[in-house]
Amino acid sequence: MTWIPEAASNLASKVDGVLLVITLISIFFFVLITAVLIYFAVKYRRKSEDEETPYITGSEPLEIIWTVIPSILLILLFVHAYVVYKDMRTPPKDAVDITVTGKQWLWTFEYYNGKKTLNELYVQQNRPVRMVMRADDVLHSFFVPAFRVKQDLIPGRYTQLWFTPTKIGTFDIFCAEYCGTGHSAMLGRVIVLSPEAYDIWEKGVGTDGGGAVASLPPAELGEKVYKGKGCNACHSVDGSVVLGPSFKGLYGREGVLEDGSSYTADENYIMKSILEPQEEVVKGFQPVMPSFKGILSDDEITALIAYMKTLK
Amino acid sequence: MANHAVATNVYVPFLEKKGILSWLYTTDHKRIGILYLISVSFFFLIAGIIALLMRIELLTPVSDFVSPHTYNVLFTLHGSLMVFFFIIPGLAASFGNFLIPLMIGARDVAFPKLNLGSYWIYLLGTVIVLIALFQPADTGWTFYTPYSATTDTDVILITLGVFVLGFSSILTGLNFIVTIHKMRAPGMTWHRLPLFIWASYATAVLQLLATPVVGITLLLLIAERSLGVGFFDPAKGGDPVLFQNFFWFYSHPAVYIMIIPAMGVISEIIPVFSRKPIFGYKAIAYSSLGIAFISFFVWAHHMFTAGISEVAATIFSFLTFLVAIPTAIKVFNWTATLYKGSIELHSAMLYALGFIFLFTIGGLTGVFLGALAADIHLHDTYFVVAHMHYVMIGGTVMGFFGALHFWYPKWFGKMFNEAVAKLAWFLVFVGFNVTFFPQFFLGVQGMPRRYATYPEEFESLMSLSTYGSWILGLGVLIMTVNLINGLFNGEKAPQNPYGSLSLEWQIPSPPPHENFEEIPHVTDWPYGYGKKKEVDA
Amino acid sequence: MEQANTEHSHGLEMDPQVEYSSSKLGMWLFLGTEIMLFGGLFAAYAIFRAKYPEMFLEQHQELNREMGAINTCILIFSSLTMAIAVTAIQKGKRMMSAILILVTLICGLGFGVVKYFEYGAKFAHHIYPDTSIFFSLYFMMTGLHMLHVFIGLIVLGVLMVLTWKGTFNEKYSTPVELGGLYWHLVDLIWIYLFPLLYLIG
Repeated sequence: MTWIPEAASNLASKVDGVLLVITLISIFFFVLITAVLIYFAVKYRRKSEDEETPYITGSEPLEIIWTVIPSILLILLFVHAYVVYKDMRTPPKDAVDITVTGKQWLWTFEYYNGKKTLNELYVQQNRPVRMVMRADDVLHSFFVPAFRVKQDLIPGRYTQLWFTPTKIGTFDIFCAEYCGTGHSAMLGRVIVLSPEAYDIWEKGVGTDGGGAVASLPPAELGEKVYKGKGCNACHSVDGSVVLGPSFKGLYGREGVLEDGSSYTADENYIMKSILEPQEEVVKGFQPVMPSFKGILSDDEITALIAYMKTLK
Repeated sequence: MANHAVATNVYVPFLEKKGILSWLYTTDHKRIGILYLISVSFFFLIAGIIALLMRIELLTPVSDFVSPHTYNVLFTLHGSLMVFFFIIPGLAASFGNFLIPLMIGARDVAFPKLNLGSYWIYLLGTVIVLIALFQPADTGWTFYTPYSATTDTDVILITLGVFVLGFSSILTGLNFIVTIHKMRAPGMTWHRLPLFIWASYATAVLQLLATPVVGITLLLLIAERSLGVGFFDPAKGGDPVLFQNFFWFYSHPAVYIMIIPAMGVISEIIPVFSRKPIFGYKAIAYSSLGIAFISFFVWAHHMFTAGISEVAATIFSFLTFLVAIPTAIKVFNWTATLYKGSIELHSAMLYALGFIFLFTIGGLTGVFLGALAADIHLHDTYFVVAHMHYVMIGGTVMGFFGALHFWYPKWFGKMFNEAVAKLAWFLVFVGFNVTFFPQFFLGVQGMPRRYATYPEEFESLMSLSTYGSWILGLGVLIMTVNLINGLFNGEKAPQNPYGSLSLEWQIPSPPPHENFEEIPHVTDWPYGYGKKKEVDA
Repeated sequence: MEQANTEHSHGLEMDPQVEYSSSKLGMWLFLGTEIMLFGGLFAAYAIFRAKYPEMFLEQHQELNREMGAINTCILIFSSLTMAIAVTAIQKGKRMMSAILILVTLICGLGFGVVKYFEYGAKFAHHIYPDTSIFFSLYFMMTGLHMLHVFIGLIVLGVLMVLTWKGTFNEKYSTPVELGGLYWHLVDLIWIYLFPLLYLIG
């Protein structure tokens, strides 16, 4: 177990510096107060009922000392934290813009070349990125612990944050502002690629890291899609209802739609439900699912259906 | 103040009268205090049980005990009930009612009927919220828009309950301010007031000025849902962040409504069990007012990541740091009071010392959250959850338990079992730390709050926290049983078991109906312990 | 508030002087909370006005200035009659005081009637609280104020009957004074609402 996630952005080590200084000062005062408290409580413990105690009502020099010293320390801490904050709020001019949309309970990332990814943010190592963010429905908050950045997404307004990823790897994205039933499933990943790998990804047709996954068997690819594209925020695979119907036993099921007509969950119905989810909503569910048109490729939809077939 | 008509020589304890109507129509501040005590304790236990259920769900990363929606409902209920129905009215209304007239040497509060009216309003609020338990909202206790304006759950009912409760809070605060201004016994100058009174005064000011703002905010939220008013709805040109500004303008001072009375309690307990004058009386008294004042100008520190301007964030961060100073002064003064004292580790004193220990942690971790850059990382994570609980439980609830044990003999005229009380304290103290200390680490590692399910990397600390909650729950259970048992089987309490100098201890336990046979003439402050001065017992 | 000030309960006789000053202080504190309550709406007004000046400029013309002006006059006049009613009872002129409170009450009712027609006209033009931010503010602010007028009418009614019956005299007139203070606050808030909503929009 580590104390704090690996510092993976240029800002992270600065924030850690602030955290460290405050931690040290806090430990000092905490140990001081606790030690004195325990020492007094033990040393001056009542030994007899008629013990005499001195009449001490206060001490001005002491009051001044313990007002002034914390005040000075606090001002220093404030300035330190402010300087780092200023840095965190000022994106460099050469930062690349990525548009982020938060919607219950998905992250959508749009890149300058029109590429769009879902719940997976691809960035290049050592290149500053500015996230231009907006919420579609309610408040969300984009939080990458490894980068020490966080910013709320607000409907009707753009907010921004920036960072320069410094380490290659995959890092968690959390939604940190409560946004409803699927809040804790609104997870994503930042994938930091080396400049070379990023070039390949940028030119690739798919929405993920290139052709590597194409060779997977369909059901396995489907599982990957299920987890990577956010299906799991609302659809379980164990039969429980989160927000949408569970995928377990979904394939081939027959039932009734909101408008009273019946449906059979065959390939066509499932594909339509993914691409035009508001059209045929199963009775008892809310029409809240976003369309995945342009986000999932035909191959990915086929793979997802193959995966559903394995969930009996 | 001189012409009180009835001054009987027959001692009739205020608890004498029986029957539910004699309680529901009582204007006796001590009885109203008991009504509040029962009500807030009821909500504390309900909300506590809900918390235990939440921790059971969080034992494992997946959703296996309740569904995510149910979890969201649970944390909404836990937060709303604890904050609005337990902590805010908790010490202020129950012990405030019981103690303020006794401590200042008055027969009752300034407006006894209004006082009863406030309690009825509180009851009305509780009835509404009990109905709301069956149609619970899932917004969190902060009711942030636009989610609270759009969710399908019933938000109106619970906000209405909180709104009604606000009136009770305002009228109680008003009553207390007037009481403290106008009803002090002859000779009870401002600088002879017990520190609990100073704290209650600061609290009452906050209740009076901040509560109307949350009242109007919740009213606007209700209008948003029922009339289609669009102040917080971006689609109608409104601003969802405006809600946060309004909400925290009240709710940050409300944090001090919760904690300042507890600080007052600690300032009473420590001198008595140290047999020492309180150290730095004026510093403690004025720092309560200072905290109350600054608390109106720090609300936006809850919003550093909410898209407020950098200038605003900087100013609010700076002002937030200012709150730390009067808070630190209090802690140093309490500690200094122990110096060369004659310390008895009575259960009430243990709660007071526990308060200093835990509240210090709560206060210091508040510095992390006030510091701009650090808050960006820690905001809305378990670090905030831990910090808030260290202040609210480690501070307020420890103060509440301390007050319960300290004034129990006076209030009920009975003694509880001290050994069991110490055991319960130990369990509460240990259980609390095991529950919440790991949450600081979870927060630093990035675990967001209000998550029904969570990534596996957090499992070990999360389950540790759940085990801690069981110890804490056991401690509270034992404490509750012990205190209730004392009511029926406890020994009769003497008038002044701890040798306190404060006025409430100079009359029989429990106090007679009108408190004082003769209104006392006060000649000294209540902390004149120690040898330099002759003490009249 | 009112019932609290007629406090004479079970042997807890308070010094009338203390009781009077306590009631006064309590009432002023209560008025302070009222101002905080409306303060939230005024803050919202300021924020949205700064954000949408054109909307305010355009839509405030939908409001009926004449009716607003009449209501302002009515309320100012009623404040005057209430003030005289307080002075009258302090001088022991019970009948005069009761009649003046009645006049105040009638003015309050008149205010309500005008407001009723104003709201009616808005609804007839399909203007509702959800029409726009401006009208949201208009309905919330005047609605909350109307609620206060309504409560004021009940208070005035009770005071009038009690004054009529002779409960108050030159020695004891606290409730009339407090009722007067409350009524002045209701008036004062309207004096801010009228220009903000009707005149400068």
